[in-house]
Amino acid sequence: MGLGLFHRHRGATPYLLLAPGMLWLAAFFLVPLGFLAYQSLESGSIIAGFGYAFTWAWSNYSSAVRGYTGEFERSFEYAGLATVIALVVSYPVAYWIAFRGGRWKNLLLLFIVAPFFVTYLIRTLAWQTILSDHGLVVRLLTDIHLISPGGRVLATGTAVVAGITYNFLPFMALPLYVSLEQIDQTLIEAAEDLYASKWRAFLRVTFPLSLPGVVAGTLLTFIPAAGDFINAQLLGSPTSHMIGNVIQSKFLGLQDYPAAAAMSFILMAIILALVLVYARVVGTEKLTG
Amino acid sequence: MTDRITRKVFLRRAAASGSILTVPGLLAACGGGSSGPGTAGGSTEAHKLAKTLHFSNWTLYIDKKGNTHPSLDQFQKKYGVHVDYAEDINDNASFFSKIEPNLSSGQPTGRDLIVMTDNSRYPALLVQKGWVEKLDKSAIPNIKNLIPQQRHPSWDPNRDYSLPWQSGFTGIGWNEKLTDPVTSMGDLLGSKKLRGKVGLLTEFSDTMCLVMGYNGDDPSHITDKTFNRAMTTIQKAVHSGQIRQFYGNDYASALSNGDLTATMAWSGDIVQLHADNPHLNWQQPDTGGDIWTDNMLIPEGGNVYTASVYMNFVYDPKIAAEIEDYVNYVCPVLGAKEALIKKDPAVAKNTLIFPTKKQLDLAHNIDPNALNNEKYQTAWQNLISA
Repeated sequence: MGLGLFHRHRGATPYLLLAPGMLWLAAFFLVPLGFLAYQSLESGSIIAGFGYAFTWAWSNYSSAVRGYTGEFERSFEYAGLATVIALVVSYPVAYWIAFRGGRWKNLLLLFIVAPFFVTYLIRTLAWQTILSDHGLVVRLLTDIHLISPGGRVLATGTAVVAGITYNFLPFMALPLYVSLEQIDQTLIEAAEDLYASKWRAFLRVTFPLSLPGVVAGTLLTFIPAAGDFINAQLLGSPTSHMIGNVIQSKFLGLQDYPAAAAMSFILMAIILALVLVYARVVGTEKLTG
Repeated sequence: MTDRITRKVFLRRAAASGSILTVPGLLAACGGGSSGPGTAGGSTEAHKLAKTLHFSNWTLYIDKKGNTHPSLDQFQKKYGVHVDYAEDINDNASFFSKIEPNLSSGQPTGRDLIVMTDNSRYPALLVQKGWVEKLDKSAIPNIKNLIPQQRHPSWDPNRDYSLPWQSGFTGIGWNEKLTDPVTSMGDLLGSKKLRGKVGLLTEFSDTMCLVMGYNGDDPSHITDKTFNRAMTTIQKAVHSGQIRQFYGNDYASALSNGDLTATMAWSGDIVQLHADNPHLNWQQPDTGGDIWTDNMLIPEGGNVYTASVYMNFVYDPKIAAEIEDYVNYVCPVLGAKEALIKKDPAVAKNTLIFPTKKQLDLAHNIDPNALNNEKYQTAWQNLISA
């Protein structure tokens, strides 16, 4: 009888353990998402007060696509650029920490996470000061003739991409580190024993084994970056705004909730489609290693 | 969330707003019913002062000495009420959006006093929706000091809900270390020397009034034709790279640190910014600007009595003069002028506080119908965000 009880419990245990997470997601992800979907099909006018009514207003979607193609494109361009730069910058760092970090590994990882001790907004505002027209960076770049005198970095697309790259860099570096750290070094030694050059050993052994980290890192960077609006607002200009800025202004400037909700859904759908294509191309097994 | 929300309470709160199926409504319904310690306890406790007055205002808008606000300290000394002074209003639209979910679901906003501009549609909307409390005029005998021309605004004809905080002008501010004087809209929007160093304001009325004046159109009677012409003018400046960004009150730091060479700016701000940067100047453009009044309002759930006592306090000419001497805006309090000149005779020449007839003639009021024109507002938000 005792054994039977044990079996019954074992059947329920996974569900009991899953329950808090599931309930959390249901309450704070699925329900709001449902509200957002409902809202995206409402119509109404702010002038007539806040009397939005549910009318299956699919026109919210078509007008969102029609009017803002440029901002959608720019969002994915900036997010893509930032993801690639973050990958190129963090791969050597993660590699070095994983294979050469020795007893300093933990401290070095702390350095990567350190900016997260400061809030996102403050970090971005700090970049405003760093890139300011009369700041050190601009002076330096002018001196080495990378920008013309009187030129600027702040309030350009470059500054927005730089800000996004910086803000999401740890999301790229940490998964890369984890997957590089797990690589069995003897495999690399074996490749070299078989007369592979160091470069070839990296290309044929190390890099493929680190792909789960690359996939996780790029997704963790690209997805939030595509919807970001803080960097474009604080470091950009009116000609470098992203779709996040439009959604923010629909929500907070116009109180046009249906249009903003419809745009959010379109953004989600595009990101989802891109992720599916990406997973298909790279191979889903890479996601799990 | 400190208190548990039962499903029933949740539904009631959400339903009260008629907004159960909106995200802001949901967020507000989840916001919890208890107000934090010292928060305005609602309007029911008549004639008892709260411990703390939660006051939301714009930056550069009150007297300041080091890190203290002398007038607020005096208020605390006199009434024992601590003022929790937050400079959290950057522009009217985004501040309204911040408090709207609470107001539309009948929740307190955590604020007792807010300041919103009459050249936006929000003060009128707040009154019309019943989202602001009626002033306790028995606590405001000094209301007699309100200047006559401010007594009967169309959106609150008897000043039952509002009292002016300050009035001011929108014009052009520039940094004389970086440029020759910029006094015309033509220079601001077109001069190649300023490319990428020019700021415009996110406030519809401010930017529209100045641009329409430049186009030779009348901002107090906006038609589709004049509106479109103004939009074209601004779009041209944006696409040529002339405009660095659209700003709320945050233009101030960009101007004082040199990222902006010239920008649309509010009159008194520039004088206060002299502490950071003495090279800043301000002038009304020769083609006209606008005049506006910021109004103190008590959002629903705010402590009416305490807020009213504070309003009475700042309508004492002596206190008004102290604030005025620092902020350099146009004061709505009778007698403040005399009190100020007695204290500091040089200030009588300050045309920011005591505007000349020419200044007043150049200052337009925005067409109130345009503020409620959804087509215009949507086009405007699209322009500044995209």
